[in-house]
Amino acid sequence: MKPSSHWKNIVNFAMFGLTGLCALVSVGTLVFILGYLVFNGGKSLSMSFFTNLPAPVGEVGGGMANALLGSGKVLLLATLIGIPIGFLGGVYLSEYSGKTIAFVIRYVTDLLNGVPSIVIGIVVYTLVVHPMGHFSTFAGGVALGIMMIPISVRSTEEYLLAVPPSLREAAFALGAPKWKAIITVVIPAAMRGIISGTMLDLARVAGETAPLLFTALGNQFWSPGWNQPSATLPVMIFTYAIAPYEDWHRQAWAAGFVLLMLVLLINVTARMALSKGSYVPRG
Amino acid sequence: MATTPVLGERALPPGGARSFLMRLRGGEEIAYTITFTAAAAIFVITALICYELFAQSEISRHKFGWAFLFTSEWDPVAGKFGALPFIYGTVITSVLALLIAIPQGIGSAIFLAEMAPARISNALTFLIELLAAVPSVIYGLLGVFILVPVLQKSVVPALKSVFGALPIFQGAFYGVSYFSAGIVLSVMIVPFIISVSREVLISVPRDQREASLALGASKWQTVWLVVVPNASTGIMGSIFLALARALGETMAVTMVIGNTPQIKASLLAPGYSIAAVIANEFTEATGDLYLSALIELGLVLFGVTFVLNGLARILIMATAQKGAHS
Repeated sequence: MKPSSHWKNIVNFAMFGLTGLCALVSVGTLVFILGYLVFNGGKSLSMSFFTNLPAPVGEVGGGMANALLGSGKVLLLATLIGIPIGFLGGVYLSEYSGKTIAFVIRYVTDLLNGVPSIVIGIVVYTLVVHPMGHFSTFAGGVALGIMMIPISVRSTEEYLLAVPPSLREAAFALGAPKWKAIITVVIPAAMRGIISGTMLDLARVAGETAPLLFTALGNQFWSPGWNQPSATLPVMIFTYAIAPYEDWHRQAWAAGFVLLMLVLLINVTARMALSKGSYVPRG
Repeated sequence: MATTPVLGERALPPGGARSFLMRLRGGEEIAYTITFTAAAAIFVITALICYELFAQSEISRHKFGWAFLFTSEWDPVAGKFGALPFIYGTVITSVLALLIAIPQGIGSAIFLAEMAPARISNALTFLIELLAAVPSVIYGLLGVFILVPVLQKSVVPALKSVFGALPIFQGAFYGVSYFSAGIVLSVMIVPFIISVSREVLISVPRDQREASLALGASKWQTVWLVVVPNASTGIMGSIFLALARALGETMAVTMVIGNTPQIKASLLAPGYSIAAVIANEFTEATGDLYLSALIELGLVLFGVTFVLNGLARILIMATAQKGAHS
């Protein structure tokens, strides 16, 4: 080997190591986060966390049952608001729109996706909370619903476009009009991707805290119906973590552990389902 | 609209409605109208966000004008609102986060896209996607209880003993600070830089790489001299995207920045950020002017992230296009 090629190989090897180190540090963060939450959260977690209401300061044995239910309700509402708009918008984008309009919609969707979550909170406050006169589960659902739209649009579009043209052509050849081909052939073929996309979307907003601060607010008790302030898991973590009580910190760890496990579980399940799909675009 | 009366007749029994829909010659129009309405809703919502922020901040915009952005007095009791300490805190923490996240993120992306064997790359990419899914309040939790004590006990004393003379490491360190917020932010934005940069790198056409390798370049030379320059606009886009995220990030920053409206050169001093002040004071804001000033802060944040995201998308698309055409 010539000396220059020797040097070349050394640099190549060094950079392999250096970039590998970067990747290792990045992945290491995940291990670190998981480790701490399992350790600190696991030891603070008990059955009462899932069944009891928050206890007043100084009393032990409180839980976050109301926050779990509150989060569930807010997320259900968010899904009902965000997913239909996102899904239908995605169908329009992939099946009906012309090239220019598709470009514009995609662009605006990406911009909406980039709006800071706290700003969504402000807008829902001025549009929903202020006119209604009070904070509510409903307002929280609207805020998270808006946040779900962009990802739903883009994932629906992506998986519809990935359906092979031959399937569409077969439907057309049988005499199906376009709308019928879309409903009976294209959408079912992309269903696995669309459902997984929806799950990932849900996992993303499940941990959102900022938009709930002044929409769902918080509540130390149960929140019946949809019209009252409601506790949610992420907001509870925030308020408990910054409070000066030891016992609340333990609760925050337990809640963080539950939230993270939930989010990661949904993520892993959805991604596994995706990787098994036959015509799912990779990367 | 021809479709309106048709939609009005939906109250038929399920079986009847089905055969009714099948006979319908306007099925195409219905499908088009419904999906188009949903797509239009996206525009309406985005426009509404824009309009609401602008309209609701009117009192504050009127009273303070541009001075809002350049004065640093924030005194709700006296009715004086200047956003400079928050803008300063937001910018400092985000820049600090980028300084750490850019090398780490791009290095990781190069490793995953170019250097690593496919199986390792796939596994690591999967884990990094999971990292991107960790909620920000969890980062805040770890920031408060794990990172801040570690910084206080060992990292900052060590930094001070080496760089203590620099103005950015002056003064007492109480744990919560620009520095802590910047570090937490950097951890949070790394996954975004990695996943977007990685995709941009992968989209660089194969023949470019092969040409370089055929000329006898090593893998690293190919990456550094051919692939990265080809993908540079897209990588720039990923950085803008990450910056927009960092600027708008709320919870984790609120928990570790210290929430003190002041402007200090030292990174070790506590500060405040735009998103954090909104999160902390919005529900407590008494009076229209106070609320309006907070909404104007939201408008500022929205404007900046909107422009950054817009630029980022164009840069990323430009790279993808280049890849598709050559």
